[in-house]
Amino acid sequence: MRCLNKEKIMRPTIDADTLRSEIRDKSVRVLDIRKEEDYKQNHISSAVNLPLANLLADDSPEKVLQFVQSVGIDDETPVIVYDDTFGALASRVAWTLQYIGHEDVSLLDITFGTWKKMGLETSTEKLSFDKKNHSLKLRPEILATVDYLGPAKEKGAILVDNRERLNFLENHIPGAINIPYRMLASTDNILRPKEELKRLIQNRNISPDTEVITYCGSVGTLSGLGYYALKSIGMENVKLYVRSFKEWKALEKPIERQNDANYWDLSAE
Amino acid sequence: MSKTSLSQSRGNNLPKPKINWGRLEEAEKFAEMVKLFRRGKINRDDFRRFRLQHGAYGSRMTDDYSMVRVKVPAGEIFPEQLERLAQLSEAFSIGSAHVSTRQNFQLHWIALEDVSEVMRGLAEVGLTSREACGNSVRNVMCSPLAGTCPQEVFDPTPYALATAKFLLRNPMNQALPRKFKLNFTCCEKHGMARIADIGLIPQRIDADGKTYAGFKIFLGGGLGAQSFVGYQLEEFTPEDDLLYTIIGVLRVYDRMGNRENMARNRMRYLVNELGWEKFQNIVLKERAVVRTTQSVMIKLELDKIPEVLGKISISSDTPSKPEGFSRWEKSNVIKQKQNGYNSVFLTLESGDVTANQLRIIAEIAKEFSAEGRARTGFLQDIVFRWVKDEDLPKLYSRLLEVGLANAGALTMASVIGCSGTTSCNLALTNSHRIAKEIQRKFLELKLDNDDDLRDATIKISGCPNSCGQHEIATIGFYGGGGRMGKDMYPLYIMSLGGRADEQAMLGLTCTKVPAKRVISTILKIIEIFKSEKKNGETLDSWIHRVIDGNGGPTVKSLNDIKEILKPVVVAPTIEQDKDFYVDYGNDGNYHARTGRGECAA
Repeated sequence: MRCLNKEKIMRPTIDADTLRSEIRDKSVRVLDIRKEEDYKQNHISSAVNLPLANLLADDSPEKVLQFVQSVGIDDETPVIVYDDTFGALASRVAWTLQYIGHEDVSLLDITFGTWKKMGLETSTEKLSFDKKNHSLKLRPEILATVDYLGPAKEKGAILVDNRERLNFLENHIPGAINIPYRMLASTDNILRPKEELKRLIQNRNISPDTEVITYCGSVGTLSGLGYYALKSIGMENVKLYVRSFKEWKALEKPIERQNDANYWDLSAE
Repeated sequence: MSKTSLSQSRGNNLPKPKINWGRLEEAEKFAEMVKLFRRGKINRDDFRRFRLQHGAYGSRMTDDYSMVRVKVPAGEIFPEQLERLAQLSEAFSIGSAHVSTRQNFQLHWIALEDVSEVMRGLAEVGLTSREACGNSVRNVMCSPLAGTCPQEVFDPTPYALATAKFLLRNPMNQALPRKFKLNFTCCEKHGMARIADIGLIPQRIDADGKTYAGFKIFLGGGLGAQSFVGYQLEEFTPEDDLLYTIIGVLRVYDRMGNRENMARNRMRYLVNELGWEKFQNIVLKERAVVRTTQSVMIKLELDKIPEVLGKISISSDTPSKPEGFSRWEKSNVIKQKQNGYNSVFLTLESGDVTANQLRIIAEIAKEFSAEGRARTGFLQDIVFRWVKDEDLPKLYSRLLEVGLANAGALTMASVIGCSGTTSCNLALTNSHRIAKEIQRKFLELKLDNDDDLRDATIKISGCPNSCGQHEIATIGFYGGGGRMGKDMYPLYIMSLGGRADEQAMLGLTCTKVPAKRVISTILKIIEIFKSEKKNGETLDSWIHRVIDGNGGPTVKSLNDIKEILKPVVVAPTIEQDKDFYVDYGNDGNYHARTGRGECAA
């Protein structure tokens, strides 16, 4: 059983066909993390709603555990998360579940918008599930805190900023490299094919066993997607700095920037 | 007989690029070279030369980011290529692309590590950045009106494409003394033939009862720290001699051009140093040698198969004309020589275009242009050709939806600004942003509608190197730094009267204008002109009258203009006006900072 679980962790994303057959088998719990009104209009059959804002209002492990149990997820229930925001919001939720110790969680590899465009089954039905018990086993090895960054960097960890290029040029945590979230997606999927993502990492001379910490602008959504992009190509040691640049700035930590260039004026926005 | 013929329907068969300029293996090689460079296995200068040869420039104050210049030979760009540029700019650049004055697309602030991915993406749709920078033959230009221009003798496009194909990756020109530029134009009026290393205008002559096609060829023109207008090689160069002439010129330049002094190694300096007649003789002799010593017959592969025009019919109802349509039509649309068809110019700001806009442009090219593609222009712009008269209002409405319906494309309101301090190492001022500011002001004041200003131009460079082509502008500016006591402020040196047509001449320096006074200076010049102009005179012709010494009543020389402008351009103290000491797009006080130039490898 243990071994099977381990294998399942190796699937950070799953495709639509797999999800459809698992829904038919009733073997999974699907989380729709869009706003409640969007969910009410329609959603993937059997999905339950967990709007990201609700989670962020209090993402303490106890609160998350409470929610997880209330929708009938126990330690063994496979969970699939989706959104309509190129996978970034879903990533943040998936990561949170992993952090409290749920081992089998995946992202749907397309957005709800694409799902609908493909004409796949949706429903307006709101299901309820019997409460289940879930243990709490925090996994600090996937979380980076502000105090962790400095020592980790000294030991060779790479800090990855997943914000857009112009934001990165303007300010970032000293020594960070930039992999904008837009680089991670393909036209149809929330993440590029593995071989392409691997190439992006190899081009940066980053080896698969390097420790990597992802961060973004505020609450760890864009960098959540960054986290799963790296996990999807089998990188072992990836952490999310979940409080991200928002906290870094609030703490008035040192900031690096690209000086003496008016790059913003190149934008046609 | 037109080279285009109408067919009944294009259906789903959208035209695809016929020439694949890209090579996937070059992307792979580039990725390897970056890794080696980062590991210290290749020295900085060697890597830089390699990088430039493959079309990746360093960025302002850093080599960690590149500007990738995408060549668009003859400016021909296809919908799938536009879509790919949109994708690449979102994934690897800043979500916007930039159209240059030489028909290239540029993607800025790309991480050096991702350049190979961009090159891969380009190659997949037949595009390349190879030899877009460095000491090589740059993008071969061709007038965006070629094939549609009422004044042209014949369509030079097949010649431009064949020349580009012959020269790209040709071992003959991989290590020239410096960059080398070819411009094909449609006619005398619409081109830049006289400011290129080789400029070409189609021409036909009658002799022995026959008609021969060929070109007027101009050599040794170019803009830069020192600019020259090109000389005409001979009265008529028959098309059979076209390739021999180009090879001959390249060989002379390769052999005799200056490889020591980076500031004087463009071909125009060689022409200047030897004197035109001597240079001309050497070229003609070299051509004779080339013609007789080629071991195999070499010819340009001209593709003159007629393009199949799609039957496009957007709507059969009589279209209503949206508000603003007439103003836009007047300044952005040129009637083609083919009855019922138009070329439509887009007004961009300093050539910048967002990824979303690129996608819409691709769609519009498919839907509205009978040739199913677009062209990049000479003015940081994009052109749809073969648009039917009756589809213009609908096209305008589409452009309105995406913020691309600004009027003024073919007027003085369409201001050229090089990239300046937004990305270039050499820039002293933010020429890119000021060009946008002037354009916005002109459109706000509806000056695009003023016929007196129609044939005038404003062009701005951020330093004396003329990437913004300021020297061929009616009102041209190049950036510098001014000083008041210990405080520095951004300023421009203004020249007047430049032009690139038959009467090509470089603008004459008039006065220094602080950056924050450029707009008021231009408006003041227009005001002076209005009070001085004779009946039917345009701003451009008035300035030439003044330069020619026939001014009056008040303004008799450029010096008089300078005098009148004195109160406008006077510098206040920093206490009086803090903003004066800050360049556009900055929040701190101005200081001039530059890095090493990347133009020469």
